[in-house]
Amino acid sequence: MIYVVIVFLWLALLLYLVMGGADYGAGIIELFTSDANKSRTRRIMYNAIGPIWEANHMWLIIAIVILFVGFPVIYTTMSTYLHIPLVVMLMGIIARGTALTFRSYDAVRDDMQKVYNKVFVYSSFVTPLFLGIIAGSAVSGRIDPGANDFLHAYVLSWLNWFSVAIGFFTVALCGFLAAIYLIGEATDHPSRKSFIRKARIMNLAAFVAGAMVFIAAIIEKIPLVQWVFGNIIGIAAVSAASISLVVLWYLISRGKRYIIRVLAGFQVTMILLTTTYKHYPNIVILKGGGYLSLLENRGAEKAIESLAIALLIGGLFILPALGYLIYSFQKKGQDIEGH
Amino acid sequence: MDNFMAARSQMALSLGFHIIFSCIGMVMPFFMAVSHFLYLRSNNNIYQNITKAWSKGVAIFFATGAVSGTVLSFELGLLWPTFMKHAGPIFGMPFSLEGTAFFIEAIALGFFLYGWGKFNKWFHWFTGVIVGVSGLTSGILVVAANAWMNTPTGFDLVNGKYLNIDPIKAMFNPAWFSQALHMSIAAFAATGFAVAGVHALMIYRKKNIEFHLRSFRIAAIFGVLAAILQPLSGDISAKMVAKRQPAKLAAMEAHFNTEPYSPLILGGIPDEKNKTVNYAIELPGMLSFMIYEDFKKPVKGLDQIPKADQPPVAVTHYAFQLMVSLGMLMMALGVIYLIALAKKKSWFSKNWFLKLFILATPLGFIAVEAGWTVTEVGRQPWIVQGVMRTADAVTPMPGIAYSFYLFTAVYLSLSCVVVFLLYRQIKMVPVLYDVAGKPHLKAH
Repeated sequence: MIYVVIVFLWLALLLYLVMGGADYGAGIIELFTSDANKSRTRRIMYNAIGPIWEANHMWLIIAIVILFVGFPVIYTTMSTYLHIPLVVMLMGIIARGTALTFRSYDAVRDDMQKVYNKVFVYSSFVTPLFLGIIAGSAVSGRIDPGANDFLHAYVLSWLNWFSVAIGFFTVALCGFLAAIYLIGEATDHPSRKSFIRKARIMNLAAFVAGAMVFIAAIIEKIPLVQWVFGNIIGIAAVSAASISLVVLWYLISRGKRYIIRVLAGFQVTMILLTTTYKHYPNIVILKGGGYLSLLENRGAEKAIESLAIALLIGGLFILPALGYLIYSFQKKGQDIEGH
Repeated sequence: MDNFMAARSQMALSLGFHIIFSCIGMVMPFFMAVSHFLYLRSNNNIYQNITKAWSKGVAIFFATGAVSGTVLSFELGLLWPTFMKHAGPIFGMPFSLEGTAFFIEAIALGFFLYGWGKFNKWFHWFTGVIVGVSGLTSGILVVAANAWMNTPTGFDLVNGKYLNIDPIKAMFNPAWFSQALHMSIAAFAATGFAVAGVHALMIYRKKNIEFHLRSFRIAAIFGVLAAILQPLSGDISAKMVAKRQPAKLAAMEAHFNTEPYSPLILGGIPDEKNKTVNYAIELPGMLSFMIYEDFKKPVKGLDQIPKADQPPVAVTHYAFQLMVSLGMLMMALGVIYLIALAKKKSWFSKNWFLKLFILATPLGFIAVEAGWTVTEVGRQPWIVQGVMRTADAVTPMPGIAYSFYLFTAVYLSLSCVVVFLLYRQIKMVPVLYDVAGKPHLKAH
């Protein structure tokens, strides 16, 4: 039963990264769009994510519930020592979630829209940045339950080059996902071209940020190279990701909009696989080389069992309904009304 | 402000904020579904417009409720890590089911809000009903988790270790039913009166009367029925509290001394030092009767509870009195409306009738907040009744006061924006929603 729970945790993280990520990315793209093109970009973007956007963010709730029910020690260790980045991320989630809804449902269109837009785009940047920082901190080995001063216990646990670099890498990845997704939503040629250009920029940004992650790892003495390239799964995943990226860029110019989405999602899957595989079942590395393992730090057997059953039943309801939702609003020629 | 007080205040603020938004987000879909149904049956455009106008409110409240709920699921760990380390696996079952219910709600909302004219009309209507049903389900599940903190079951505490965990038993803890029932009815009463009050104000101002009259009727009937049913569930709750949390009941009633013919104390100012209640109306034997259906049987007073285990009496007592009196007011108003309906009298042209409903707009939510104050403050000093003290559960991280100020600022500004948005929705009714004969109405 524990494996059912672990698979669901991994899937929830993956789907949050892919679907929530594309969602954050839409805001990031908007942030880096010239004022002249902003309103058109916004319209395309909103048509694409409006109906599914609330659902995109449920994966985070699922992941967090799995953590606190199934792996309470991991949940509480992270929420104690990563308190500050978690609060910043929560602020981002509040700002973003409300700003998007407010700008869509405000009955009067006036200068308030500018306020909502500003809040939306900046929080779209900050939230994944701190999500990345939190993920990076979990494996950076800087969380120190033995620390007894504020700086070491609650600040240096996450404020380091490695975590910050992963934060920026996450932002670039989200932007890339969104750009690829939006290529398929653009109805006119100039928009499509502009999204392709944005995908290219974001792809480049991801490369640069990725390189920074490796450099930061060397500075911080984190054996990242060994984690990624030291095992067959890592090498295979990186190769598969590289090949799929080449195929993706080949297909973009041929207008294959559905396949490139799948390929972009595949890239992210491979990245998550590489980064989690080496550490499985340890998801938090503590200072001094200690680990918090999913297998050793699980909650009571009965709790895991009922959690697994709840997840299986939940999946039975959620996945078909979500699939039908996405399918329904993907059908072409639909003018979205209601916002 | 010390760390512990700051953590408690931040939690209280977050919960207090979330409760209002989630109540409305959970109840309004039912109003929406009724007016949608009336539209589909009668083809009267006014009902379609009411449905659309309300759905905008639902979207705003859902989003705000969803983000504040997300924040809460993190705050449990950010503020009370020791509590979550032990309690997470025990009372997590309702949370994992709630995740599913909430997810379904988000999916159904996507279908409903964007589905006008795209699906079979009854399927579209059905997705709106699902929004309500799954919202209500998740509300019940979250309250069941809270009820566990009041009546913890489903584990054995042996030498400080939590053994023999049974999540199902923990979910169906003794208080889950009475608390979930009381809260669900409260949500309907509060939202019903709040929505009816807003529409009453518009009728009073003679704006789009037909639109607001019909809206008023739907919301008011929900609110009135709930307000009239509520004392029943209150009675069930009080009996459960008396049985499982005598200290909370004693604080609610400011009941200091254990004696036969225990009096029901109405109002008054509790004096914790001298163990008396000044300026109160005492009804001898009534408390005994309400709890045990026996005028003579003594109800456990605070004198039988160790000082260290006593909750703050004054706050709990005031909050309880406030909740009950507001509930009574709403019930009285409900009876007036039912009389109007039974006598087939339209009092909507009468100012006194409208004014009563306008004044009642916030009452339900004040009562809801007061009720939660009773539940939470009345349980102190325990975070898990009789098992874990709140002071032992708090995070070791210092400086929570700053986090509390930050959250206060954020929630205050959010509340202002939401009120501002609702004001604009209502102001735009004549332009956006009350346009007769226009079959397919664009929002803007």
